[in-house]
Amino acid sequence: MSLLAVEAVEARHGLLQAVRQVSFTIAEGETVALVGANGAGKTTLLRTLAGAHRAAAGRVRFRGEDITARPSHERAAMGVALVPEGRKLFATMTVEENLNLARSAGRAGRWNLDTVLEAFPNLKARLHAKAGSLSGGEQQATAICRALMTNPEVIFLDEVSLGLSPLVVDRVYAQLAVLKASGVAMILVEQDLGRAMASATRTLCMLEGRIVIDAPTASLTREDITRAYFGLDRAESRGH
Amino acid sequence: MDLLNTIIQGVLLGGYYALIACGLSFMLGVMGVINLAHGSLAILSAYLIFTLADRFELNPFLGLVVVVPVMALVGAALQRGVLERSARGGLLVPVLSTYGVSIVVDNLMFEAFGADTRSLAPFLDDLAYDSWSLTDEISVGKLAAYTLGVAILTLGGLQLFLSRTAMGRAIRATALDPDTAGLIGINPRRVNAVAAALAGATVAIAGAFLAMRATFSPYAGSMQLIFAFEATVIGGAGSLWGTLAGGIVLGVAQSLGATLNPQGFFIAGHAAFLAVLFGRLIDGNSRAKLSLLWRRSPAA
Amino acid sequence: MTMQSQARVTRWTRESKFALGACVLLLAALAFAPLFAPANAIDKLTTLFIYVILAVSWNALVGYGGLVSIGQQAFFGLGAYATIRLSDAGLNVYASLFVGAGLVAVFAAPLSYLMLRLKAAEFAIGMWVVAELAHLLVNLDTLVQGETGTSLIALNAYATEWRRALTYSFALVAMTLVLAAVFALLRSPTGAAIQAIRDNEEAAAAVGVRVASAKRLVFVIAAAGAALAGALWVATAVTFQPKTYFSPQWTAYMIFMALVGGLGSFEGAVLGALVFFAIEAAFGAFGVWYLVGLGAIALVFALSFPRGLWGFVTERTSLHLLPTGYFLDMKARDADR
Repeated sequence: MSLLAVEAVEARHGLLQAVRQVSFTIAEGETVALVGANGAGKTTLLRTLAGAHRAAAGRVRFRGEDITARPSHERAAMGVALVPEGRKLFATMTVEENLNLARSAGRAGRWNLDTVLEAFPNLKARLHAKAGSLSGGEQQATAICRALMTNPEVIFLDEVSLGLSPLVVDRVYAQLAVLKASGVAMILVEQDLGRAMASATRTLCMLEGRIVIDAPTASLTREDITRAYFGLDRAESRGH
Repeated sequence: MDLLNTIIQGVLLGGYYALIACGLSFMLGVMGVINLAHGSLAILSAYLIFTLADRFELNPFLGLVVVVPVMALVGAALQRGVLERSARGGLLVPVLSTYGVSIVVDNLMFEAFGADTRSLAPFLDDLAYDSWSLTDEISVGKLAAYTLGVAILTLGGLQLFLSRTAMGRAIRATALDPDTAGLIGINPRRVNAVAAALAGATVAIAGAFLAMRATFSPYAGSMQLIFAFEATVIGGAGSLWGTLAGGIVLGVAQSLGATLNPQGFFIAGHAAFLAVLFGRLIDGNSRAKLSLLWRRSPAA
Repeated sequence: MTMQSQARVTRWTRESKFALGACVLLLAALAFAPLFAPANAIDKLTTLFIYVILAVSWNALVGYGGLVSIGQQAFFGLGAYATIRLSDAGLNVYASLFVGAGLVAVFAAPLSYLMLRLKAAEFAIGMWVVAELAHLLVNLDTLVQGETGTSLIALNAYATEWRRALTYSFALVAMTLVLAAVFALLRSPTGAAIQAIRDNEEAAAAVGVRVASAKRLVFVIAAAGAALAGALWVATAVTFQPKTYFSPQWTAYMIFMALVGGLGSFEGAVLGALVFFAIEAAFGAFGVWYLVGLGAIALVFALSFPRGLWGFVTERTSLHLLPTGYFLDMKARDADR
């Protein structure tokens, strides 16, 4: 039985179909890269899996249990965490408060305030600063730590490198390696194809709401992904 | 001396206003919800405590202990039944729906308790009339002083709760971003119900002290709502200590106005409210204009 | 291979042209009512016209403009007060009605500069405070004698039947004026601007809508409507007690009418007034329980049917009797094929 099973999930924004018939599974401890152009539906898909967005059709199963109807806070209590696009920290609250809030998920595990700060030592000095005053890299670290504090079994990271300088992104990815080593399954949404493919054992590519590639990273070339990313295969078959 | 006495009375009155404004300020500032049934619920608390005192000879302070959890439940029910469903549509739906609630509550109270004005003062022995004489001309009412004290305790307690407890932080986080709060395991509906229950508890306390220091009748809720709102806005919505300051400013303005004319009491209060509102706007404008000037000179 | 489509943009539907014609005929017929209808009916119709004015004015401000105010009774009371004062000063009582309402509108203009700068919640209750303040200041006028009040004595100059007919006629004229004015406003570019502001103020400003002046216009028109209603009310009731005219009860009625009829729809406001009138006629005698019922119905509509009864009709039939928007006439395209 897989950790997370997504079965023909559909999601809409009003009348706009953002996610169409998406199906895939995630095994325990697996790291999956989810790539695709802006507007392909990646964020909507992750939000739907985390319970922040209602699925219009399909099923989401976590360890075999159907969680499609469960709200986000219940999924967090089960071990499904999302680091949202744009960080979404509680800006007027301190880093420590932001982190401690995640204990509301009520899950025990290896991640608590001490261990999280060990893994992300750049936050130690900023613990009592208001989250809104942090730099981009620090905010990203805080957002990841906050999700970690719920001791998840699977974590979705939505564009963690957005707006960050390359050096800072290096550090974030080094920290993600620690996460990986701890056995947490991850779905990593990443614009930087190189980093995505280097971090993940499997790659999914989305185009206009559908999954067009679902294969082990090792079996894919950059060319394969680029073609799928821009829909070149489809364009060719239409005779353009 | 007369002026000093008036101001002192105004400050003590402000203590009551801070108390009635507490719940409203909390809901408005922390949760962004405007509850027009607030005043009516305070009056309802007063009637419940009165009934306990009148029919069962229960001391009003003990009655308050009984009514606080009742009103907390009422607050949570209001949140679940009305406010939760209203919150999505901007300001309009909460205003309309809570206004509807206030009309229903006011008229049901009229139906149940009749039109007579009531008071809890008779049940307090002399507490409502006792005072300490500071000088020949200045005396401080004991009840008024207790009210101010309770207001400070309630506001302080609520502030501590919000900043020091896990639930308090959860309430703040949910108010800031309910979507993200859900993602980290906070149940927004439960948290908001707790917040509304707290607001309901403060409303019960305010209603009790209103009934002790003055009279009340079924339709008195509107006036209390206006005062609560004025104190909240004068002090700056979102700051609980600001609400204390706002209540005091309102109380002092009213007391000063009363010395001019019987209607001056109300006129001065409303005028002070409007003055602070517009004063704040002009302030922002002047600041903007000044910063424009500053930016122009170096560039030129 | 491309498709040629000649769909036309139009402002009227077939039903709406018919409806407008019917309205004009109805108004004309109503004008002759004093000649043959019984006194009781004339009085009731006058009241109905006043309710329509209140509903349409409030709906323009809140439903279309999105400017939630719970203090419109300020203008209702001031309109009545202005009428009393002008009449006392010697102006013909019926002229006082319109001049009084006009004066209140003039007062509302500078007030709008102040009030509209406030944030939503502050504006809503701020207007209520303005109403309370107006009430208190009017009480200070020795003519009014505080809560004792006074009467529109000049009405006694007219015989009862004449007074009834004249008040009715002026109420009908006033209602027609308000309906026409609001309808014209909503169909004008300013009307579109107002709705754009309501839906998304920043976006509206970004496309060049003059937000502040559009809001002020709606504010003043709504004030004028409420003032007219108040002036007409004192003409029917004759007595003026500040407590009655500045009571928040009027806001409760306006909320009820707009909610039940349909917020943000012109037809809805009129329907709401009709429904309110009918309910008051049927249940008004139940006193307090009637008010409880009003509040409960308003609550239910606010939570579950915000588009009101007219919204219910429009959703199912896409019927627009007096449309303020635009339609795409696809039938013209289909007919061309």
